Amino acid sequence: MSALLEVSGVSVTFDGFRAINNLSFAIGAAELRAVIGPNGAGKTTFMDIVTGKTRPDEGRVSFGEVPRSLLTMSEAQIARAGIGRKFQRPTVFEDQTVTENLMLALKAHRSPWRVLFWRETAADRDKVQALAAQVGLADHLPRRAGELSHGQKQWLEIAMLLAQEPRLLLVDEPAAGMSFIEREQTTALLVELAKTRAVVVVEHDMEFIRRLNCKVTVLHEGSVLAEGSLDHVTKNPQVIEVYLGR
Amino acid sequence: MTRSFLARNPSVLWFLAILALFTLVVTVLAEGFGIGLIPTAFVKTLGKTLCLCLVALAMDLIWGYTGILSLGHMAFFALGGYMVGMWLMYARTEEIVVQALASGPIPATAEEVAQGVAGQIFGVVGGSDLPLIWGFAHSAWLQLPLVLIVPGGIALIFGWLAFRARVNGVYLSILTQAMTLALALYLFQNDSGLRGNNGLSGLQNLPGLADWPQSTVSILFFLASALLLALGYLLAGFVTSGKFGSALRGIRDDEQRLRFLGYPVEGYKLFVFTLTAMIAAIAGAFYYPQAGIINPAELAPIASIYLAVWVAIGGRGRLYGAVIGAAFVSLLSSWFTGGMAPSIPLGFYTLHWVDWWTVLLGLSFVLVTLFAPKGIGGLFDRLPRKGAGQ
Repeated sequence: MSALLEVSGVSVTFDGFRAINNLSFAIGAAELRAVIGPNGAGKTTFMDIVTGKTRPDEGRVSFGEVPRSLLTMSEAQIARAGIGRKFQRPTVFEDQTVTENLMLALKAHRSPWRVLFWRETAADRDKVQALAAQVGLADHLPRRAGELSHGQKQWLEIAMLLAQEPRLLLVDEPAAGMSFIEREQTTALLVELAKTRAVVVVEHDMEFIRRLNCKVTVLHEGSVLAEGSLDHVTKNPQVIEVYLGR
Repeated sequence: MTRSFLARNPSVLWFLAILALFTLVVTVLAEGFGIGLIPTAFVKTLGKTLCLCLVALAMDLIWGYTGILSLGHMAFFALGGYMVGMWLMYARTEEIVVQALASGPIPATAEEVAQGVAGQIFGVVGGSDLPLIWGFAHSAWLQLPLVLIVPGGIALIFGWLAFRARVNGVYLSILTQAMTLALALYLFQNDSGLRGNNGLSGLQNLPGLADWPQSTVSILFFLASALLLALGYLLAGFVTSGKFGSALRGIRDDEQRLRFLGYPVEGYKLFVFTLTAMIAAIAGAFYYPQAGIINPAELAPIASIYLAVWVAIGGRGRLYGAVIGAAFVSLLSSWFTGGMAPSIPLGFYTLHWVDWWTVLLGLSFVLVTLFAPKGIGGLFDRLPRKGAGQ
């Protein structure tokens, strides 16, 4: 099986603290994966490495059918190559409307010159409409993003990621601060998305992960402790000791 | 094709209309072409104010929209002035030298003229040769492009180094202050090639037009400044509307998010930094001929801080706010510091505005920051508008 993203033997040290220790991880082109682990297990650092925010001290990170190393690319280049990232706190441009947020995210040329002379087309408006409808924001297009509820901001951010047409989505704690119904809808959305692309969900909430019904990777002290179905990893005595037991 | 950026920015047309009306009224009332109600000195003040509005517009683009608090943009403004000043001063001095030599028994050679010009310009700093950087000053066609090239080039190199190293926030502001201070200190030296602290003078005399009265020249410069401000406003309106403007505000509010959307944020910052440096340079190139003189004090760090204060008081993040702030504060400033404001005798102490104006300015800056963060321009938000909820 060929992996879309392959991380192998990656280590990174911050001021002597080994945040990631010989980590290896792979995900296929259309797969849903949950990553869990206690605080400080290296979940966020792992995402930082994949998205180019942090450079590892050693190891390889490659992406795509024809594997291409991500280690020499900037954050923006990695994003354009097809990796979208959702932050833990919803980060949308609060001062701008939902439409403006989505237009900004639509897959298009990103160089200053091209953007300066960019003109909105009917196709762009249709895409924005469709994306907004997909996350239930169709009626909120002219509103300022700052006026949206917490859950709606989370969805707007997800829609912005989808607008980039990424092949790998990294989602950090999507259910945080969401109501019960919003969680249900988010689960359904993530499962649906993973049919056509790779989705990595970092989450604390076991109930949420059970609903995702996917393969789980447990991180501990910067490396993979166990991998498999949720039932499989929750029976692993080591996992119980470091994570579930407490 | 969708709505043009003018339709999206109704303030642009409003602004242009008001500017056109203002320009017309001043021209009609001026000494030069009109009925003479406005003295030439005040026409010059108004023309200079329009140039300050243009540089404030540049400051609003880089700070109000993109969120980069540059405290060095007046350096680009002054450099624009120096570049145009070199040509003006050379051409004017050449005329004088040619005239003086014409009375001699044999016609002067080009070399003698050049020697004479160099002696005239650099005698004051003990030099008699034209420095290398004056190589283009004899020709408007060669020298005037430098108004854009020199400040633009410095901005490009400085910005490339700073943004690539991800210098942000207050650190970038400090770096830009250091840049303008370094340039000022360099120019203060007598061997900098730009006459040290004497600066360049006599810039109000246009070459070839020595017999034109200043009342005419002043109104021409006033009109040119108004036209430039209009063009600058249009350009700024175009840049800040549409997706580019959206991206700029994205950089201001959350540059990380924008980066993870695939935007090369550093490229955008460099683009805006260089563009605004060039706008500032053009503004300076029209300001200093109206001021008549430029010296290195114009690059002092405080000048760029004033620029930020104007934009903050006027209301950053909206183009007319920058213009209002620059016009309002700089006109008020010249009124207070020009000795026109009456001193206030308090019995035990007489309050002279020349000394107290900066205190008043600082106080109003604090008050605006605390109580009206949107500045004077924010007052327009309170006007009832059609199609509310847009």
